[in-house]
Amino acid sequence: MIQGFLILLAFQLLGESLVVVFGLPLPGPVIGLVLLLFGLLGLGRIPDSLKITSDGLLSNLALLFIPAGVGLVLHFDLLASEWWIILLALLISTILATILTAALFQWLMKRVGGEK
Amino acid sequence: MIIGTDFWVYFAARPLIWIVLTLAVFTLANLLYQRADRSPILHPVLISMVVLILMLLVTGTPYETYFSGAQFIHFLLGPATVALAVPMFQYFDEIRRLWLPILVSSAVGALVASLSAVGVAWLFDARAETLMSVAPKSVTSPIALGIAEKIGGLPSLAAALVLVTGVMGSILVPIILKRMRVEDQAVRGFVLGLTSHGFGTAVALEVGAVAGAFAGLAMGLTGLLTAFLLPIVIG
Repeated sequence: MIQGFLILLAFQLLGESLVVVFGLPLPGPVIGLVLLLFGLLGLGRIPDSLKITSDGLLSNLALLFIPAGVGLVLHFDLLASEWWIILLALLISTILATILTAALFQWLMKRVGGEK
Repeated sequence: MIIGTDFWVYFAARPLIWIVLTLAVFTLANLLYQRADRSPILHPVLISMVVLILMLLVTGTPYETYFSGAQFIHFLLGPATVALAVPMFQYFDEIRRLWLPILVSSAVGALVASLSAVGVAWLFDARAETLMSVAPKSVTSPIALGIAEKIGGLPSLAAALVLVTGVMGSILVPIILKRMRVEDQAVRGFVLGLTSHGFGTAVALEVGAVAGAFAGLAMGLTGLLTAFLLPIVIG
């Protein structure tokens, strides 16, 4: 498990370093994800320790958002004046994007699947 | 009662109590969620956020104090993001086979999610900074902050709206997809990740590993494409 954690943190560190060195507009962990994916593709399998650690982290992913989520408390006054417009905008756009993306992705998937 | 107050003041200042409370509240919220047959409206993240915010307000605890403890949980978001490479590797053949639908749908979806939100806010005469803070709302927060800054929004407001979008999407997307009778795990995960970034990915991982892989992929692509396309479209 420690080995797996080491792999994840090392790739995150690598990602963060590249972001700083090249001034990339992306978060370090996302670069780390891409690098690890390439690493796994090169290796051709998932080391056991990495599998255990990543399963543990990902099965509790929802928990990890709570500290940042509670930070909403800091923005109550910013949200105060236009909260209903914002809420409406988020609501409508979420519904629209969900329906459209689901329909488009399914349609394209069928076309690609048909070619196979 | 003085003893009680001292006890509280002592422990509230320690980071440990907020880690314990966060874990305890989440555990209870999870139990409630399972009891209620995973009703999306009772999603444990939403319930935990509400309960913990109420605790902070009632006890008059500043967010900084809460975060001094909770940051240890928050820190794990970084390695967890990197860990998404594992399900992506496991389903890489599936992802490679579907690269065209994935790319087209995430570009279209990311633009629709962003521009429709800006459009609605604009219709109701929201301020310009609000419009530009609403724009990156479907993007994972580290990327969203950068976009908001670039196009003239308020980064802190943008971060808050990303959170609200995530919670909203985790609740609404499963309901809408059920109505549309979408059962394919890849589609469900993809739409969750696209509209609701990390929150959606967390929900997708509950559906299954395939859904999780596609959600992580959609989250990453939405972030990249929005960061790339939005400044061009708005400019």
